[in-house]
Amino acid sequence: MALLKIKFTQQRRVHLAQGLWLLSWMAVMWGGVIFCLGVYLKTELLRRAEVMDNTEIHVVPNILMMVGLASIGTNWVASRVCQDSLDPTRFPRWKVPLLAWFAVATVLCCLLIAVVALSYALQGSLEESLKVGLRNGIRFYKDTDVPGRCFQKETIDRLQMEFRCCGNNNFKDWFEVQWVSNRYLDFTSKDVKDRIRSNVDNRYLLDGVPFSCCNPTSPRPCLRYHLTDNNAHFNYDYQSEELNLYSRGCRQALTDYYMELMNSTGPGVLSVILIQLSVLLSLRYLQTAVETAMVLEDPEGDSEGYLLEKGVKETIEDLKINALTMLKFGQVDPNAAEGSSEVADAEKDEKDAPPSPAS
Amino acid sequence: MAVLRLKFTKNERDKLAQVLWILNWISVLTGILLFSLGLFLKVEINKRGELMAERDIQYVPNMLIAVGLIACAINFLGGKICYDCVDTNKFLRWKLIMLPYIICTFFFTFCVLVGALMCYSMRGELEESLNLGLTEAIRFYKDTDTPGRCFLKRTVDMLQMEFHCCGNNGYKDWFQIQWISNRYLDMSQKEVVDRLRSNVEGKYLMSGVPFSCCNLNSPRPCIQQHVTNNSAHFNYEHQTEALNLWMRGCREALLEYYTHIMQSIGLTVLLTWLFEVMDACLSVLTGVRYLQTSLENVLRQGDLNSESDGWLLENSFMETARTNLNIIKCLGKGNQIDTANNGDPNINVPSTSKAHYGPDNVPLKEIPEAS
Repeated sequence: MALLKIKFTQQRRVHLAQGLWLLSWMAVMWGGVIFCLGVYLKTELLRRAEVMDNTEIHVVPNILMMVGLASIGTNWVASRVCQDSLDPTRFPRWKVPLLAWFAVATVLCCLLIAVVALSYALQGSLEESLKVGLRNGIRFYKDTDVPGRCFQKETIDRLQMEFRCCGNNNFKDWFEVQWVSNRYLDFTSKDVKDRIRSNVDNRYLLDGVPFSCCNPTSPRPCLRYHLTDNNAHFNYDYQSEELNLYSRGCRQALTDYYMELMNSTGPGVLSVILIQLSVLLSLRYLQTAVETAMVLEDPEGDSEGYLLEKGVKETIEDLKINALTMLKFGQVDPNAAEGSSEVADAEKDEKDAPPSPAS
Repeated sequence: MAVLRLKFTKNERDKLAQVLWILNWISVLTGILLFSLGLFLKVEINKRGELMAERDIQYVPNMLIAVGLIACAINFLGGKICYDCVDTNKFLRWKLIMLPYIICTFFFTFCVLVGALMCYSMRGELEESLNLGLTEAIRFYKDTDTPGRCFLKRTVDMLQMEFHCCGNNGYKDWFQIQWISNRYLDMSQKEVVDRLRSNVEGKYLMSGVPFSCCNLNSPRPCIQQHVTNNSAHFNYEHQTEALNLWMRGCREALLEYYTHIMQSIGLTVLLTWLFEVMDACLSVLTGVRYLQTSLENVLRQGDLNSESDGWLLENSFMETARTNLNIIKCLGKGNQIDTANNGDPNINVPSTSKAHYGPDNVPLKEIPEAS
């Protein structure tokens, strides 16, 4: 009992082949779009690679790029099958490749669904990675003379200005690290000596932030130093001052940015899944309809197309038997060995038999 | 004796019309390109409108937009004409418009060239405008509480951060104006009062710059205050310190930016003009002229499918010029009064030429009326 049978006249078969050809070229185009989305996402992640600790999140654009390329290839093959489907001399050569094609197309659909799931699941990992990366960036801000870290200052400054954020969680992160290098500190000055002695690690800590934290929309020229001291500046209240510096933390800003990017690729990925599924189903119908038509006496007559030849359970049983047979193919069958030795003995008896009557 | 006479079969006429149609549509696309370039320049100028003083620089993008639109209209009309030329019935509609269309195309091609040259001439006006505009903007930087100027601080800060520049000519422009508003100055402090008294106008001047002048590439945290005082900071010498603040002036930075845009646009428009000249003059005018004359000849001969001659001018250049001059003279005479009849044009002046009365030259007898 076939699954989801549909009757196909010759006309309908032709229409199906034409429609499927158009659909598969559209799928090729969408595959290209998915590839480009993957490339864009990867370049955006690589641009900020310096403030990320690990590359776990890169699996999302990698899968998108791979699926995009594979989708271009498989749908191009589907369009070739469509072109050959109405020619009875050329269609039979696609019999075995089509099985492989169906497997690949199913795998692609599963991968696309996995990508959507991963982009939400990896948000936590992205945040962790950014937290560690930004913490290191802020810690090494002052090390512009250390090879390998000399551009850390520029990176953090650019990041804070571009994403309008300050520090890891907020601007107070800058109060906990020494971000002014020792070579610009006058160790003979009393203020410097006091500050260095005031903490265990002998770091020069101050309640000030770099200039890249300054908010240009503030009506007042930026106040960067003595931020917690209300008396240091005229008409200034530390608790109620909101516009002076950026209030958002860079980790939050970057996470929001990347989540938005991945969410915007969501509709594209979903539409590719739908298109791929429809190409898959239509090609199956086309294959079965054309094959059924080819075995009829009148190849131009009506034929039936179906999704599965037998029901779902029976098909699974058949597949199991096929798989086991293929596995057994490698093993030596003891019954077969005995049978062959018996045959060999019978042959030997026959050979011995003729000479005896002669003698 | 016609100028450059050629013979056209019906097929050749059709092909000529089709080729001209395609060329016209390519010209429509170039017209759209001109329009979008003009629009882009207009948007870019308006984006920084707050930093430019009132100067006559809008005429360049406006000219480009107008020329682009006219290009689209003329070439669309030309495409329609060529499309209709294939069918002789429809061609008759356009017969009268052909010549004005050819003249308009010449004129419009000249306009494109003027547009391209104007792109290069805009630079001087732009520099003047930027100079004045930036001086004003820096002066009103502190007025974030004055309506109409409250966003000037943000505009100037974003400009300096984006274009990597500081001040009008350099960072010292900030030393000459008060960029900290009075409402953030503690008038009870001695230092503030001293500074205010130290100059004639009572301005709070300091050797400091806003944070947006800070250079990202500096290895040292930015020094904004007491920039010229070497002893105020450890291990600091302001004459040799080149990486602390942006060294370039914003006028120079913006001018370079706009010059780059205008040069690219000017180059594109020049290339478009060259294409239009080759396309319009050689192909459209010649082709349209040939099409017109050959179709007129076909109509005169009466047979639509036959061959016909096409030419550029019916008679030679000299004769055509003479004929046109006569036409112009007659047009001129039409307004003058004929003084031979005492100014009255209704008097019937008898013909002075001899009447020709047949081969015998005998005047006709009057036939008596039948009674």
